[in-house]
Amino acid sequence: MIDGVHVKSVNWGNGHSVCDYSMLQIKNLYVNVGDKEVLHDINLTIGEGETHVLLGPNGSGKTTLLMTLMGFSNYTITKGKILFRGEDVTKMHANERARRGIGMMFQRPPTVSGLKLGKMLAAISQTKDENIPELAKSVHMDKFLERDINKGFSGGEIKRSEVLQLMIQNPDFVMLDEPESGVDLENISLIGTTIGALLEKDKHLIKRRKSGLVITHTGYILDYIDADKGHVMCDGQIRCHGNPREILKDIKQRGYKECLECRHA
Amino acid sequence: MPSRVNAPELSKTDTERLAQVGIDLTKKNRCGTYLQMDQDIVEADCGESGIEVLSYKRAMEKYDWLKDYAWKVVSPEKDDITKYVAAQKDPKGYVIIAHKGSRNVMPVQACLYLGKDKIQHVHNIIIAEEGAELHIISGCASGAHVGNGGAHYGISEFYIKKNAKISFTMIHNWSEDIEVYPRSASVIEENGVFLSNYVCMQPVRKIQMYPAATLKGANSVARFSSVVIATPGSHMDLGSRAILEAPGASAELITRAITKGGTIISRGHINGKVAGTRGHLECKGLILKDGMIYAIPEIEGSVVGTELSHEAAVGKLAKDEIEYLMARGLDEDEATATIIRGFLDVKITGLPEALQTQIDSSIDVAEKSGF
Repeated sequence: MIDGVHVKSVNWGNGHSVCDYSMLQIKNLYVNVGDKEVLHDINLTIGEGETHVLLGPNGSGKTTLLMTLMGFSNYTITKGKILFRGEDVTKMHANERARRGIGMMFQRPPTVSGLKLGKMLAAISQTKDENIPELAKSVHMDKFLERDINKGFSGGEIKRSEVLQLMIQNPDFVMLDEPESGVDLENISLIGTTIGALLEKDKHLIKRRKSGLVITHTGYILDYIDADKGHVMCDGQIRCHGNPREILKDIKQRGYKECLECRHA
Repeated sequence: MPSRVNAPELSKTDTERLAQVGIDLTKKNRCGTYLQMDQDIVEADCGESGIEVLSYKRAMEKYDWLKDYAWKVVSPEKDDITKYVAAQKDPKGYVIIAHKGSRNVMPVQACLYLGKDKIQHVHNIIIAEEGAELHIISGCASGAHVGNGGAHYGISEFYIKKNAKISFTMIHNWSEDIEVYPRSASVIEENGVFLSNYVCMQPVRKIQMYPAATLKGANSVARFSSVVIATPGSHMDLGSRAILEAPGASAELITRAITKGGTIISRGHINGKVAGTRGHLECKGLILKDGMIYAIPEIEGSVVGTELSHEAAVGKLAKDEIEYLMARGLDEDEATATIIRGFLDVKITGLPEALQTQIDSSIDVAEKSGF
């Protein structure tokens, strides 16, 4: 049996055992962007049904980690490995990872001129027969199906478009890169609720199978996703772990100073 | 009566080649047909009242006034091609007249098919009289097995009268041995609209054309769009020109060019001669394999109050776009094809849906064969 398939996950101290199997395991991961090493010795395990939060100052490497996990070619893994449901996906292309159930909500997705959102959704959907117009309507994107994807979209429209694509892709492991950035208060609840549904937050813990990793600065999204664990990233390393709300409260009060001090811990 | 001779038997392949350029031999979704095989006019008729599709010869016999429309916007002395066609004792080609106030919902189809002849020559005159609306799909194709090389010389003269509209969608499906020399020009009167669309997704040895539109009437509009792919051995020298001569006249020239090893020269010229005119020229090129895309956009303004702009870009497929699609589960080839298809997607304002669908499906054929 491949290493890590049936790993009993840790009880995160919130009173219940969250899961029985690991969804994602990152082991001693080192990542270069160009010639520069950006991530150093990352270790992280996310169990089935768990949602983790990734905090950290700008430029600390959070997005790099998500892009690496998704399999973008600019991010070179120099050491370590990524296991998804026990399978080594370290060398896989983004599409192979996506097919296995990894999905991502991009913070700044590229504009693809001429490619209509509706056509993109149909391409993602492939043989599945979702009701695309219906789903689009549920996130108020039905008027955008004939628009070039991301072209001239506002911050909130980009997020709604991303979330709509994920609804069709329906990944088991969802990565969200600042889902609340650029979104007005009215839309946060819509996006938050939809993300909550993607992560099966409406289901009982025992039945919850979807996992997530969320980058947030404000923590607004935590009202909708009830995260299990938080991690703080500084200078390309994960420094602290703990209860996400408590970490966030600390950061809000004292900034990332203590996190930086963790370096010496 | 329309002139008819028996259509030569077309192989299934050739029928399919015609279908790809929008020629529907069942004529179900077409209001009229002109079909010329080499130099034989197979069919010229139209079911729509107010719209006439005639062979050039028959039209000249029927309407004496037509001589005032022949060789008026295209000069017979222009070059060797025009001289060759002008010298023909038995001129071929079609005349389409949309009489005052007429309108077709289904397009007229004009099919020029090169089967075995060395040179196919045509002279076409297309007139939309006051208030008329005329949509034409012109499918030009050669037999799949024209082996020894051939050439197509086509003269087209368009007249768009006051409040009239013509859309002319030309789809080419030649072969590696064919040379094509269209020579066309148009005159657009007050409030007239001329839409000219060109699609060529298939190999051709050489094509050279530079259609010109003279916007003579106030508030007249010309829109040219070209969507082309050049395969190795293809040489495409394409351009379009708009001369803005009346207040309120506007022109838009849009090109999407992809080279897979062939040469594309994309020319464009907008000349703003009077105040209150607007023009925009846009050429986007994608180099998929080493070849050449040479964009030569020209804008020329000589008075205060003409507004002209151009935008030209030549580049490669963006990796971040491909990977964005791959992150949604598409493999690299699917992602690439999807992005190229988007790149080629030019929606033409004012074009009937049936014609837009035809353009889309011609590009879809190229997509299915992996561009």
